[in-house]
Amino acid sequence: MDLILFIVFAMFAVASALGLILQTHPINSALSLIGVMGSLAVLYLLLGAEFIAAAQLVVYAGAIMVLFLFVIMLLNAGEERNPWKAPVVAYIGGPVVIFLIGAFVYLINFTLPPMRSVSFGDFTGGGPREIGMAIFTKYLLPFEVTSVLILIAIVGAMVLARKEID
Amino acid sequence: MITINHYMAVSAALLLIGTVGVMTRRNIVVILMSIELILNAVNVNLIAFSKYHNQVTGQVFAIFVIAVAVAEAAVGLGVLIAMFRNKGTVQADEVDLLKW
Repeated sequence: MDLILFIVFAMFAVASALGLILQTHPINSALSLIGVMGSLAVLYLLLGAEFIAAAQLVVYAGAIMVLFLFVIMLLNAGEERNPWKAPVVAYIGGPVVIFLIGAFVYLINFTLPPMRSVSFGDFTGGGPREIGMAIFTKYLLPFEVTSVLILIAIVGAMVLARKEID
Repeated sequence: MITINHYMAVSAALLLIGTVGVMTRRNIVVILMSIELILNAVNVNLIAFSKYHNQVTGQVFAIFVIAVAVAEAAVGLGVLIAMFRNKGTVQADEVDLLKW
């Protein structure tokens, strides 16, 4: 069961990622990225990381992608003109990428020692309770620094995107 | 049997595809989305190793990565809107002010 789930959603994630970079219209790319996020959430759930899976769906597939779609609609970004124009991309880049993916998969799956298998259902250490205990005790300082980072990002985005008032 | 190695393979594939997107696409919105894809590939590795070592640290770090990705998307899209207001385009190859 977990084997089928992993294969289906891993294939769907990689296919959606390919769709993200191969489609010329930004809306189609954004919808493909939502597919990647959703299938990665299922992969996280297979690993027992239920809180991260929920955060992935809510934050990534919800908030960030709505932001992206909003900006695409706002800027009226249409079809991309000749995205694969350079001959280096067409004749060298594609084979190099396919070779690199194959080499990574070979190295990871055949040269590393076999590791512990994962199975669906053993939710150990991935729930909100364990993550909350870790965040609010051991990693409290990084958590607070993250809040400062988000505050800086909010102020920076407002300053960058505001209309100049003369 | 699904092992951590398979998750690492998926993560490597997503990372490479995202890198290709950053390098070949010309629409800056799509470039930002490819960066999000790269950050997601990192998250897959973090959570897989968190499971492998039976420690929650990797998942905490994944939450920080998500927060950084949100901040990066907000600032990047703010830059994009400012650039569109000044240049009238979102194509990366038409913004060549610093190009020699």
